[in-house]
Amino acid sequence: MTASTETGHPNVLAKAVREGVFAGVVAFLMFLLFVGIETYQDINNALVWRTRWGLLAIFVLVAAVSRFLSVGFIKPHIDRRKLAKAKSGVLEISEQKSFFHRHFLKIALVFLLVYPFLSLLIVGKQGSLKYVDNFGIQILIYVMLAWGLNIVVGLAGLLDLGYVAFYAVGAYSYALLSSYFGFSFWLLLPMSGILAALWGIILGFPVLRLRGDYLAIVTLAFGEIIRLVLINWTDVTKGTFGISGIAKASFFGIWSFDAGASNNFVKAWGLSASSVYYKVFLFYVILALCMLTAYVTIRLRRMPIGRAWEALREDEIACRSLGINTVTTKLTAFATGAMFGGFAGSFFATRQGFVSPESFVFLESAVILAIVVLGGMGSLTGIAIAAVVMVGGTEVLREMSFLKVVFGPDFTPELYRMLLFGLAMIIVMLFKPRGFVGSREPTAFLKERRAVSGSFTKEGHG
Amino acid sequence: MAAESLLKVQAVETYYGNIRALAGVDVEVNKGEIVSLIGANGAGKSTLMMTICGSPQARSGQVIFDGEDITRLPTHLIARRRIAQSPEGRRIFPRMTVYENLQMGAGLDNLKYFNEDVEKIFTLFPRLKERQTQRGGTLSGGEQQMLSIGRALMARPKLLLLDEPSLGLAPLIVKGIFEAIKKLNQEEGLTVFLVEQNAFAALKLSDRAYVMVNGKVTMSGSGKELLANPEVRAAYLEGGRH
Repeated sequence: MTASTETGHPNVLAKAVREGVFAGVVAFLMFLLFVGIETYQDINNALVWRTRWGLLAIFVLVAAVSRFLSVGFIKPHIDRRKLAKAKSGVLEISEQKSFFHRHFLKIALVFLLVYPFLSLLIVGKQGSLKYVDNFGIQILIYVMLAWGLNIVVGLAGLLDLGYVAFYAVGAYSYALLSSYFGFSFWLLLPMSGILAALWGIILGFPVLRLRGDYLAIVTLAFGEIIRLVLINWTDVTKGTFGISGIAKASFFGIWSFDAGASNNFVKAWGLSASSVYYKVFLFYVILALCMLTAYVTIRLRRMPIGRAWEALREDEIACRSLGINTVTTKLTAFATGAMFGGFAGSFFATRQGFVSPESFVFLESAVILAIVVLGGMGSLTGIAIAAVVMVGGTEVLREMSFLKVVFGPDFTPELYRMLLFGLAMIIVMLFKPRGFVGSREPTAFLKERRAVSGSFTKEGHG
Repeated sequence: MAAESLLKVQAVETYYGNIRALAGVDVEVNKGEIVSLIGANGAGKSTLMMTICGSPQARSGQVIFDGEDITRLPTHLIARRRIAQSPEGRRIFPRMTVYENLQMGAGLDNLKYFNEDVEKIFTLFPRLKERQTQRGGTLSGGEQQMLSIGRALMARPKLLLLDEPSLGLAPLIVKGIFEAIKKLNQEEGLTVFLVEQNAFAALKLSDRAYVMVNGKVTMSGSGKELLANPEVRAAYLEGGRH
């Protein structure tokens, strides 16, 4: 076999060409209807279609060429490196971790703390709006949602496809209570969390006996029920019109961010008027909420209830035979997860100033779940990275106008968001089937702490 | 040995839907005894074990533990009465480390006696000490069985239920595990109720034993008596001797 790898270059190239052509054929068949044909409405509002052979050809070429390169050059290169490493006897496990690797969390936290100021320094006030709001706040909301869902899915192993329902409960709790009764954000934030937790328990009761697929279906239905109630209960929620003009959060009641208020933050500090200060403030609020979620999750994992969650994920029957009340364990998992969803929801409402049922569709649940799975169930760091990649990635996509040069002027990158989302998921799952961070950090040790790589363990039960 | 009853199963009938798995079973386990239950596949041995733990609950009859009727209690409350089980198929937590698995067993006392008990388990099964940072799922079958028993012992049980501890293990490892059970019984006075297919080893170990056929107890007696009984020999021992 060694001889063929060293002398078999033509062999590899022939194989690469074959695979490349094959990938091209597959891509052609796959994209023929999606990309090759476009439907649109003509002047008479009739639906007609036209072909986009050029775009289709580009898609097919990209698939074929990348397959050719990966089989012909990238894969042999990686194999050779692995072989060389194996020959030299250096195991990857024993490698000294780099400084960046060891202090990753500290570096990330410091970066997040200075991020708004960095962005103000580099791109100025107007440019910062985009970087602080679209990137920073947007990503952190998803980090928080995914960390909240992680408690239910990653720790307790209860597959929840309707998580967005709690996000919606939180958002509408804030929107309704603040516009009808004029309560402040800082009062309503914990209240939204409590209300969402209550709904978590309400959902929890009927699904106590369900697991796996069945649980997933019921939670999916629950998410839809909440959304349909929001749409149809027009007297209270204003239906699809949504609720607008939701009050902004204040700086703990000391300074307000409303333009007309006497204790306006900008006036109090003598700054020039800009909405960027409010965004920076919101950035720190959501950052603090995220840190709270992480702190609570880490603490709970070391407490009896957290251990019970993880044991429940592993084996429910064994749990019961050890005297764990699985009913309360499941309900607390649902309630805790839902509570963080509720916090995120009320933050979302105050940040947008507008909520409508449109924001709480099933796709949101799917995206949050995808982030949890991609990041590696149970791993906070992995999930945060996944959120940055997935949410940040879709935002970056909006900026990629240079793609128009490749794909033609009609190409709108945002529309391919889901396609790339799927592609990214497939790639990650191929190379890291357990998510970015697949190893689970043990919570108890006799002497030394040693994380065991996920690749040494059996498949977890989702 | 003082014949003070710890567990009393009286005329218990258990159903799976309409199928009767236990047809009026009477079993008694006294304090300080090792009692085993032998029988063929499908005789209802594991069902009896699970019925004692309340999952499924008996449709009629009574399970009395330490003078208290536990027939209708939910499983976790039965476990809190200090009936620890090493269930069939071991059911350890595969993604948790050995140490964490043991910790789960000590949850009833909120880890109050954890440190002293864990040392005891590690003396009983030194293999577990070597493997303590390893994940449950990566252990060998024998080590998993040790862990399952160890986890059950962490709960400081009054009664230890063992469901087929020898399942799928090499004879030498089975011997080691049975020796550990014997040691616990003799040194700590632990009461053990054991379900086994490996009739020879089980009968040799036990003070008393029951034979189950089709959901009924058909024979009972001391371990030695049953070992000598020609019917038992014919049905469970000849040819099946390990």
